[in-house]
Amino acid sequence: MFDVAIIGAGVTGSAVARELSKYDVKVCILESENDVATGASRANSAIVHAGYDCVPDTMMAKLNVLGAKKMKQLCFELDVPYKNIGSLVLAFNEDEKKVLEELLIRAERNNVPDVRILNQRDSHIVEPNINKDIIASLYAKNASITSPYELNIALAENAVINGVEIILDFKVDKITKTDESFKLCAKDRCIDAKYVVNAAGLYADEISKLCNAGDFTIVPRKGEYMMMDRQESKKLHTVLFQAPSKMGKGVLVAPTVEETIFAGPTALDMADKEDTSTTLEGLEYLKKMSVKSVPSLNLGNVITQFAGIRAVLKEKHDFLIEESKQVKGFVQAAGICSPGLSASPAMGQEVVGILKDAGLELKINDNFNPIRRKYKSFREMTDSERSKAIIENPLNGKIICRCETVTEAEVVAAIHAPVPAVTIDAIKRRTRAGMGRCQGGFCMPRVMEIISRETGMNMGEILKASYGSNIILPNRKGVE
Amino acid sequence: MKYDVVVIGGGPAGLAAALAAREKGAKKVVILERDRHLGGILQQCIHNGFGLHYFGEELTGPEYAQLFINQLKDSDIEVKLETMVLSVTKHKEVVAVNVVDGYFVIQANAIVLAMGCRERTRGALNIAGTRPAGVMPAGSAQYIVNMMGHVPGREVVILGSGDIGLIMARRMAWEGAHVKMVVELMSYSGGLARNVAQCLDDNDIPLVFNHTVVEIHGHDRLEGITIAKVDENRKPIEKTFEYVACDTLLLSVGLIPENEISIEAEVMLDPITKGAIVDETRQTNISGIFACGNVLHVHDLVDNVSVESEIAGEYAAIFNKDEEQSKHIKIIPSEGVRYCVPQMIRQDNKKDVDIYFRVEDIIKPAFINIDADSMSIKKKKKRIVTPGEMEKMTVKADEISKASDRITISIKGKQ
Amino acid sequence: MNIICTSCPVGCRMTIIENNDGSIEVDGNVCKRGEKYAIDEFSDPKRMVTSSIFVDGGNHVLVSVKTDNPIQKGLVNKAFAQIKKMRVKAPINIGDIIIDHILGTDVNVVATRKISAL
Repeated sequence: MFDVAIIGAGVTGSAVARELSKYDVKVCILESENDVATGASRANSAIVHAGYDCVPDTMMAKLNVLGAKKMKQLCFELDVPYKNIGSLVLAFNEDEKKVLEELLIRAERNNVPDVRILNQRDSHIVEPNINKDIIASLYAKNASITSPYELNIALAENAVINGVEIILDFKVDKITKTDESFKLCAKDRCIDAKYVVNAAGLYADEISKLCNAGDFTIVPRKGEYMMMDRQESKKLHTVLFQAPSKMGKGVLVAPTVEETIFAGPTALDMADKEDTSTTLEGLEYLKKMSVKSVPSLNLGNVITQFAGIRAVLKEKHDFLIEESKQVKGFVQAAGICSPGLSASPAMGQEVVGILKDAGLELKINDNFNPIRRKYKSFREMTDSERSKAIIENPLNGKIICRCETVTEAEVVAAIHAPVPAVTIDAIKRRTRAGMGRCQGGFCMPRVMEIISRETGMNMGEILKASYGSNIILPNRKGVE
Repeated sequence: MKYDVVVIGGGPAGLAAALAAREKGAKKVVILERDRHLGGILQQCIHNGFGLHYFGEELTGPEYAQLFINQLKDSDIEVKLETMVLSVTKHKEVVAVNVVDGYFVIQANAIVLAMGCRERTRGALNIAGTRPAGVMPAGSAQYIVNMMGHVPGREVVILGSGDIGLIMARRMAWEGAHVKMVVELMSYSGGLARNVAQCLDDNDIPLVFNHTVVEIHGHDRLEGITIAKVDENRKPIEKTFEYVACDTLLLSVGLIPENEISIEAEVMLDPITKGAIVDETRQTNISGIFACGNVLHVHDLVDNVSVESEIAGEYAAIFNKDEEQSKHIKIIPSEGVRYCVPQMIRQDNKKDVDIYFRVEDIIKPAFINIDADSMSIKKKKKRIVTPGEMEKMTVKADEISKASDRITISIKGKQ
Repeated sequence: MNIICTSCPVGCRMTIIENNDGSIEVDGNVCKRGEKYAIDEFSDPKRMVTSSIFVDGGNHVLVSVKTDNPIQKGLVNKAFAQIKKMRVKAPINIGDIIIDHILGTDVNVVATRKISAL
């Protein structure tokens, strides 16, 4: 019997798990996929928003502002990249400038510090490469960037180190409530838990319905992104928004913590929760919008496109974080779209507070270790660290991914990490192997060989990402 | 560590360059190779068709490589395998890493860049759709089949009719897969005519010209693609969209020289070849740094790579950093010519020079003209020229000496 | 009959004419190999087969192989299937015969890569 079962190993579920691991409670995360960070936490804008954008007095505003304040410390504890680079919202005309003024008022109401409107000249001092045609901008000094999937992985790993159990390939399809507890079942097994946290992202509405815990709808809103090569990185140092619209914060162009540049997202409400396809129209739109912000960007340096899906609550523009009114002990953490990443450092405390109010006994876990260190990447080592690392572990001297300088030691470490990475994409998210300009052309077969060697899986079993994404198929004629 | 010549890359270019450098008198020569074996991509090119020009016999890729490797074994050239060069400076310091030496720096008198090339990816093509397993560069599939012994799919479409695409079409068919078609954006094949004949025709694989892939379908594994005919501007025509079910899409859509470390060393690149700008000795703008093989420009034939790399190796061996560098005559690709290599010739050159170039379009018949300054020095008629096949013209030393600052190559459909 | 010569990378586009007396003329080739190829292709087309087979105890999992001479085009698929059934032991040298007289022809399948024993 678990005290708490968290459904979903995205950034929200993992943040809740890590917060709970500070206490002496038995916790599991149930994840339908074969890795953490496979949904919205995998592909989003990676921005720690300052919080001026949220409607005042919402859960979004509260958790965004609080989360943004806590993010730096959290990233430090978990060894996750974090850079405070500031953001600008660009206004190209008087109407858009009025939007900036409204945002400034919101910033004050949300208690977001260090937000101000800059004139044209000052905007260009902050970011010299922005379009000369802007008339003003809203500058938020505290806006920052991080890596959403790294944060997600780090939270999950730290939770595991502190006693949380992650159960992968567990797609909850049945929930039975008894007087004392819940029985949560997947196709082949069940677990019992006294409390349930529904952090199922796009599927939170369906999970909620499984035990009649509340009727709401999650709308999948697709956002397409394009990623540009490092060669462009010198052209941009801050996060650039354009004036927001009803569908979201608008297209932004921003540096990543890995010093590439990306643009996105588009915003399109979908019928299919799994549709992460990219479109030609989306790409054309992103190209147009990104050169509108930064005219000198070289669109020939687009290296890849991807799409993420935000879980948007249909009923109101806010997060749904509360104990179910219908089912006691069932806590909703749903509708976590933007600024969900920014809010995640505050999400844990919020949900744990609700669990406590619902009766969960919280005794401090004296052994809680807030520090998580990832396997140090060769790329980030100094020369002397590199020499030392190779002597300590010769696999540090074997480069597997040439474009991103990833060593075999890093790949092996990812495979044997607290949350094991055993798919090509899982290893990519942890090590960057395959993320560079050749997009895995050279290293993918090598990574397959290493996975096979380290796990005993045969080549035919190795997946790119999701179940069914086998890289090698049995031959038609059975010649193998 | 100090070496006379450091060769970066142990593929066909690096092997030939190192041997030529040693032959020409360089005492300490080292090859730094990132893979587990020498020979580079040749080791996975198990088909035959290599070496007819260079060795006078038809060999498979591994055999061609082995002939060089054998010579290397008889020499005192050092080889460092599984060694990744992290950076090269214009002062010819090479920073590299491997298990044996750890993280180390070599001071070179001369460097030969022979890193080869990589395949263009889906990202560079901006194909819309999902990102399932089963979409991969043809060369990666070649590694999986020929080096790992696995077949990546059953129902296969290949985008791009370059040589790798054609060779892989036959390989996949032989391995029991059903190769449904090869889709080619242009109206002609980017590969050698004989590969179209022996790879596609023999195996009844259709080659669909003027078409491209516009969308990829399937959430986990590839389920199908949408192909479309393209107009004269190579834009897809909407009403021609057609769904093709397949579980594998191999991309053979071009090769890009791997010049990231060259750029760091401030080597100037040709925007067309994406390789270094070199003179007839294959020296780049950074004195003492030479380039050859596919890192210089993408070749059709390994035989040409070997010849070119020997030039680079020889001059790397005799490079004297205290000698004053000669001024250059530019070689300019003009009408109908996309690029040429070398891009310049030293004014004190005393030898005949082979100029390699690619044409922009199919021309038949074709009249090639070479001018020194504005005076014609050479003419040649060819039955046919195509962008997929590199052309070569030899310019004699006395012809070169007629040019004061430039030599121009042009090609026309009539005289 | 029009064919493209596959003997070398030049890829000559050749025409084969069969005269009334049964003799064959070849046009468009630039070398003797082309003529031979054209006549063979007309009367008895042949192909080289290359493949790779698993090796036990070697420094690589596969050894690449080829037919030491072209075999009849009609036998290519059969030959390929037979090659694929093979499994060999390291060490192997280039030129080692892997299959002697494949399918009863006078063509052998030989190794094209050196594999050292581990």
